[in-house]
Amino acid sequence: MRTLLSALAAFALLGAGVADAQQAQTPQAQTPRKGGTIRMTAPYAASFGSLDPQVTPRAQDQIVNQAIHRPLYTWDTANNKLALELATEVKTSADGLTHTYKLRDDVTFHNGRKMTADDVIWSYTRIMDGSKGYPGARYIRVIKGATEVEKGEAKAISGLKKIDDLTLEMTLTERVEPGYYLFAGTTAILPREEVEKANFAANPVGLGPFKFKEHIPGSRVVMERFDKFYKPGKPYADKLEVLIMAEAAARDVAFRNKEIDTSILGPAQYVAYRADPELSKGILEVAEMFTRAITFNNDVKPFNDKRVRQAINYAIDTDLIIKRLVKDKAYRATSWLPPSSAAFDKTVKPYPFDQAKAKKLLAEAGLPNGFEWELTTSQNESWGLPIVEAIIPMLDKVGIKIKPKLVEATVLTEILMKGEHTGLISSNLTGPDSLAVLRSFYSKTPRTAGHYTNFSNPEFDKLLDTAAQEGDTGKRNDLLKQANNLLFEEAPVWFFNYNKAVLAYQPWIHGLQANPTEITHQYPEDIWVDTRPPAK
Amino acid sequence: MLFVLARRVANIVPTLAAVIAVVFLLFSVLPGSFVSAMNEDGRTTIDPAVMERMRKEMGLDDPLPERFAKYVAHTVVGDLGTSFRTKEPVTKLIGARLWPSLKLVFAAMSIAIAIGVPLGFIAALRPGSAVDTVSMVGAISGLSLSQFWLGLMMMYLFALTLKWLPSFGYGDGGIRYLILPAVALGVGPMALLARTTRAAVLDVLNADFVRTARSKGMSERRVVEWHVMRNALVLVITTIGLQFGSLMGAAVVVEKLFSWPGVGSLLVDSVFQRDIPTVQGCILLIVIFFLVINTLVDMAYVAIDPRIRYR
Repeated sequence: MRTLLSALAAFALLGAGVADAQQAQTPQAQTPRKGGTIRMTAPYAASFGSLDPQVTPRAQDQIVNQAIHRPLYTWDTANNKLALELATEVKTSADGLTHTYKLRDDVTFHNGRKMTADDVIWSYTRIMDGSKGYPGARYIRVIKGATEVEKGEAKAISGLKKIDDLTLEMTLTERVEPGYYLFAGTTAILPREEVEKANFAANPVGLGPFKFKEHIPGSRVVMERFDKFYKPGKPYADKLEVLIMAEAAARDVAFRNKEIDTSILGPAQYVAYRADPELSKGILEVAEMFTRAITFNNDVKPFNDKRVRQAINYAIDTDLIIKRLVKDKAYRATSWLPPSSAAFDKTVKPYPFDQAKAKKLLAEAGLPNGFEWELTTSQNESWGLPIVEAIIPMLDKVGIKIKPKLVEATVLTEILMKGEHTGLISSNLTGPDSLAVLRSFYSKTPRTAGHYTNFSNPEFDKLLDTAAQEGDTGKRNDLLKQANNLLFEEAPVWFFNYNKAVLAYQPWIHGLQANPTEITHQYPEDIWVDTRPPAK
Repeated sequence: MLFVLARRVANIVPTLAAVIAVVFLLFSVLPGSFVSAMNEDGRTTIDPAVMERMRKEMGLDDPLPERFAKYVAHTVVGDLGTSFRTKEPVTKLIGARLWPSLKLVFAAMSIAIAIGVPLGFIAALRPGSAVDTVSMVGAISGLSLSQFWLGLMMMYLFALTLKWLPSFGYGDGGIRYLILPAVALGVGPMALLARTTRAAVLDVLNADFVRTARSKGMSERRVVEWHVMRNALVLVITTIGLQFGSLMGAAVVVEKLFSWPGVGSLLVDSVFQRDIPTVQGCILLIVIFFLVINTLVDMAYVAIDPRIRYR
């Protein structure tokens, strides 16, 4: 009992905002310092799936895999674009299909062997093994001849040709930017001799800035600096620990107690950290490439009528929900593509909250008294039941009665793929390849391949077809921008928000990047720890 | 004794068979699969062709009776299959979590027994006293408290405010990391044990044979040691056994809160990600643990109460 009373007293003190003086008074160091330990957190599950990056597409696993492994391309966060990672240059043929890469000559695997073109070819061929379910196959399929390997009709990918040890020629099936396909963690380049040993996932060997040291399942992965990393002088830190912390409240305590260096924040913590004079100094924010929306099944009446879809967009006070429920930890969506996309149109205004207009549109659509609608949702706090509960009274005012159908997040994709929804609220990956993202609204895309709305619009299709054939990046982006704006006007979904990912970091940590593809996927070679020793 | 042991062990077999069948069937009818669950966080997209291949690779499309037959055939020889997530043998995954789990459960139960049983005894020997009132109010509070809330409060107090202990994690596996989760897990069983012990002792204290012992002039200490304690122990040991057996499964909340790498957190993670072989393996382990503990409890009855031996 005494314990409990003391605990309550301590909690009350914390609530009153007792600040840590030491953190506030230490000056910021400016020059990267070598040494120290980075303690990052993995918040998405209570364990890691696999440390073989080609086996797992999960965001949780990629936090570790980003430190140990690397793919051919990377996402340059500073310039918000793709960049070569394992090659120094690429030459593209006039038809835009053949790309010749000059690979870096200083890339060494953690076992001491230099990387060559053979490693790239072997890695991509492994991913296309048709007897296995490698998630990266969806990307490698863009290389000519990869599908034949997948089907078992060929042993080698015909579109991959080794010119010499450090020169690789890659022929694609269509005119696309290969970086969008080959920057995914699931396409990392691996050393064959290590993968073919038993238990590669238990003893992963890569070519990233940190080499694997220890994995305590359910607890942490520890990595050490790789001295032969190809970026001179990097990584800075001696050690990197990725600690599994699935529970937000526990992460909060550990962060305040300086036991961890980074922590992803949920809406409630975001409010508390912003209000705290000290904690607010260490907050990194970015609009991630995830668009939260209600996917209408455009096959089903009355959602086959654009006016009904638009009416719902007008009838919901989206700004109010973002402010009150999501605690401003989101940016209002003004299109399907997120702000980091080159095809995003900053001039587009969101649907205003206008219930009179919503009623008028419903009446025009022959539904003056509204209709009843089953909305599928998960428990998710940012894009699930709490949001649906807020929407119910808003739509009720225009005559739309919602029957929420609560399901586990685990089955959302299955429901979407089977088309078993009339409306379903979810978070959707919407980057970085704008063309591929918009193809989820292309009429010829099968539902199972992400066309969950079954939206069909010839004008939209034509814009995508033209964009796919366009070799000039600027012109292509203009076409995609038009398609994106058309989609917004057609409203095949309720446009809710883009996730504002928020990462809290300790004052002694530097070099973090606001990565819009996933904020927890940091580039640990750039992170450094200053001289302020973290408390143990 | 051997006969009782043999009978108990023989009872384990049908129980295990029933558990295997029920768990398998339940997870076969549950909506969603490992493949569809890969996008549960809304942070990835899976290619339909790859999904189909994964389903095939994992045997998810095979007929139910065929899958069940395969599962049973492998399980009886100790092969719990391969994890969908990690592609490692389930026995290896569970093996890595077993020691942390056992450490946590034994530590929590030791705390519960060391405090709960004496507290219940003292309370029963002085019914209505201040000790009795305070300990029983404490016991009811302990039973009512959520493990999550209690754990969080202890983190705030002992880690953040007093800086005595780490707030989370397994660290080097040392006792500093074990204390907070063990206390958070042990408070519930401790409270239950205190109440059960008190009730059992009070019951025995009012029994005819105790009155007879006292009337023969036996000292109060001897009455308590020889007659009361021994008779009350049957109920106390039953409670200990039931609590002990269920703690490994019940540790889920504490393990997740403290990022403790036990079987409970592995089970929950596997359920959400539909890693069926791992779920089945974890449940089987938890059930076996429960059955073993209860068999030991049955053996203890025989040792404590001779009347049970002759039945």
